Amino acid sequence: MRKAMANAPAEKGGSKMHNLLVYLRQHWQLYVLFMLPAFALTVIFRYIPMGGIMIAFTEYNPIRGILGSEWVGFAHFKRFLSSPDFMRYLMNTLKLSVYGLLWGFPAPILLAFLLNRILSSKTKQKIQLVLYMPNFISVIVLCGIVRILLAPTGMINMLLGTSTNFMTMPSAFRTIYIASGIWQGAGWASIIYTAALSNASKELKEAAVIDGANIIQQIKAVEWPAIKDTVLIQFIMSVGNIMSVGFEKAYALQTDLNLNASEIISTYVYKKGLLDGDYGFSTAVGLFNTVINVILLISMNALVKKMNDGKGI
Amino acid sequence: MKPKKKKSEFAKQPLEDKILLIIGYTILGLFLVAIILPVIYIILASFVDPVTLQNSGLSFDFSKWTLTAYERVLSNSQIWVGFKNALLYSVLFTVISVVVTLLAAYPMSRADFKGKGFFNTIFVITMFFGGGLIPTYLLIANLGMLDTIWAILIPGAFSVWNMIIARTYYMGIPRDLQEAAEIDGATEMIYFFRILLPVCTPIIATISMWQFVGMWNSYFDAMIYLNSASKQPLQLVLRAILIQSQPQPGMVSDMQSTAARAQLAELLKYATIIISSLPLMIMYPFFQKYFDNGIMAGAVKG
Repeated sequence: MRKAMANAPAEKGGSKMHNLLVYLRQHWQLYVLFMLPAFALTVIFRYIPMGGIMIAFTEYNPIRGILGSEWVGFAHFKRFLSSPDFMRYLMNTLKLSVYGLLWGFPAPILLAFLLNRILSSKTKQKIQLVLYMPNFISVIVLCGIVRILLAPTGMINMLLGTSTNFMTMPSAFRTIYIASGIWQGAGWASIIYTAALSNASKELKEAAVIDGANIIQQIKAVEWPAIKDTVLIQFIMSVGNIMSVGFEKAYALQTDLNLNASEIISTYVYKKGLLDGDYGFSTAVGLFNTVINVILLISMNALVKKMNDGKGI
Repeated sequence: MKPKKKKSEFAKQPLEDKILLIIGYTILGLFLVAIILPVIYIILASFVDPVTLQNSGLSFDFSKWTLTAYERVLSNSQIWVGFKNALLYSVLFTVISVVVTLLAAYPMSRADFKGKGFFNTIFVITMFFGGGLIPTYLLIANLGMLDTIWAILIPGAFSVWNMIIARTYYMGIPRDLQEAAEIDGATEMIYFFRILLPVCTPIIATISMWQFVGMWNSYFDAMIYLNSASKQPLQLVLRAILIQSQPQPGMVSDMQSTAARAQLAELLKYATIIISSLPLMIMYPFFQKYFDNGIMAGAVKG
């Protein structure tokens, strides 16, 4: 009895090991040929840099390496958090993304509702072709177009009859950034909602029309329920990305005179680190940004779980 | 026939719906105009002579229109170097990235793959947390990849997001196909390449398009990792012309005065925008359905 009890776990463990070995021998290709390239790239280019975060706690000297550099603890964080610029960069980043979300998020949903009201599918396709086009313009060309249109003799001033130099005004930067983002992205982002709307039950909608439902009632009863989940998921994902405002566009729209509004954390990290060579400080600022982002994402997910009966993403 | 039908549909609507529809169509119309108008403006302005353009903007005095901007941009070698590099990087990056991503998605799609949870965790963490700019840059420098095309092609080659989309697509392929293949004694490789991939062409096309356009349009990696003029992709050349207002050598240097050079540099921006955007603008309608597919695949996952 005792013997049997003692042997059972060992035997079970042994056969488990054995099964695993058999499995690995049969399926080694899955690991070596299919998984290894992606796994190696991830470890080398994603996880090794995570170890490099230690730079944030040192006065990094490229010649002496991470371990040879002087350890300064949280000095860089203190310096950044107590500098007068800190609040400005943080607020610039947050304002750009929060306002961007407030204006930019509803725009594609509105477009999808409008497109859904167009009965002729040929007209709809033509409109969509135009709506999606700006998505294929590169960030650089987009910013080049913006600068041209907003120049003192550009199209916008021509239409307004003024000659304001918008690109040098800090107060105009966020409007420019967000409006050009909607111009470029709203059409493309509407695809996902248009698709969800086309999945709305046709019978349900016809029934609603026969019952004499007007447009508002149709939207409430048929169309909104069809896209509600998609809207929610898109919203969570947008909030999760709130601190990762695109570097490329903000940097390309910066001028010496609008820095007051256009300097965001990612552009600051780039300038401090790669242009000024202040590696330790720059890494610390970048880490600060990442940590806020992760906290936002986790709390957002928790909130949604609560609202959505325990289902997160 | 058709307009008439539409009109009667519209006429049937109750008054409040009519008002709502009119407001809605107006918003949509304004948005369309806002997209088209700048494009037309830039096309027209690219022909105006530089002095008029600077002083009064767009002009319809056709006698003064000129093709000089196009001639100067197209005869500049750096633009062509940029195009060539952009094409090279985009094609290579697409191939490497799609191969790595499609391969990794296969084990992840199999229910019986041991270690799936481990790999999944490892991959998903990288979507939300990373070392940041400086540690990544120093790693690339230590690996001796600075100012080589590998710095552009390799570090971002594996996309977790695309892997998830491909995995979801694989999982939608009927299991019978795989079971039939296993009974026939097909190895993993044969099943993957001969049976699975051929039925996955829509998603492969979609991911390829994304990677290609993404690489073609980005500039950040090239800006920080590549120094040599001969290695610059198109977007960096464009950045100098459009954002920094620094035309490529030889584009404006034959002008006598600083003012004339500045005016010409301004005009060159218009032609540069048109020339550099034309290839994707022409190609995009043909590829549109693949992009639509991909967005839907992403939606299914979410």
